[in-house]
Amino acid sequence: MAFLKRLVLDVLKPHQPNALEFSCKLAEVGNDYHIVLTVLEVDENTETIQLVIEGDDIDFEAVQSTITSMSGSLHSIDVVEVKSEPKTE
Amino acid sequence: MDPLSQIKFLLRITRTHGIARRYFVVNGFDGALTMLGIIIGFVFSESANLTVIINACLGAAIALGVSGVSSAYVSEQAERKRALSKLEDAMMVDLHDSAHAAAARWVPVFIALVNGLSPLFFSLLIITPLWLSNAGVVVFISPLYMAIIIAVLLIFFLGVFLGRISNISWLRSGIQTLLIALVTILLIYLFVGV
Repeated sequence: MAFLKRLVLDVLKPHQPNALEFSCKLAEVGNDYHIVLTVLEVDENTETIQLVIEGDDIDFEAVQSTITSMSGSLHSIDVVEVKSEPKTE
Repeated sequence: MDPLSQIKFLLRITRTHGIARRYFVVNGFDGALTMLGIIIGFVFSESANLTVIINACLGAAIALGVSGVSSAYVSEQAERKRALSKLEDAMMVDLHDSAHAAAARWVPVFIALVNGLSPLFFSLLIITPLWLSNAGVVVFISPLYMAIIIAVLLIFFLGVFLGRISNISWLRSGIQTLLIALVTILLIYLFVGV
């Protein structure tokens, strides 16, 4: 079974919620998520950010839905790290 | 997220908590000053029945409340829709499922309630001595004078609150609003009492 371990996403978001609130909300999606948010570009109303998400089993749908709920727009999935592990009973 | 945290979040992302605070003070001040004006008017009119005074004050308080809710809702809804549309243009996406869309729906409701309930709340506090006296509760001084004292104190405290949020002397700010109340009393005296 394949588990999503690491994601690097390119996201466009409004200035609010700010980077701290945005990353904290994303971290709350999973129990062991490690989020690194880097602001790449700041515009008048928006900012482009790079999100690095690490976890044991990242739920991409939930991450995407949280980004959308905070008015973010996922532009691209730049890096994906998946690991296959045997099912544990 | 509990409703209070949700409201705080929506106010934060739309940066409208300052607007809600401003509406609370401005319309609270409106309510207090209106009640002060009506009651002073009745003081100068000698033979007024307490029930008539209560009804006049209550009528004005309800009208201020309804006016506050409706005017703020209409204007804030237009502002939030405009802000959402501007953000959608900048993001080039439809944000109808986002926090900003929720804010465009709920922030006008919250601000309208603050804007309408603030004058209603201050007005009801001011006419409390009139109600108590009408209900047979013994008030040590004339209920009209008691209501005037409460109105003046509330106006002073609104000034103190403004002073604290703007980091200027609370006493100076309180005295400023108190002076406005005294000027109002003087003007009513000049037009009605003489």
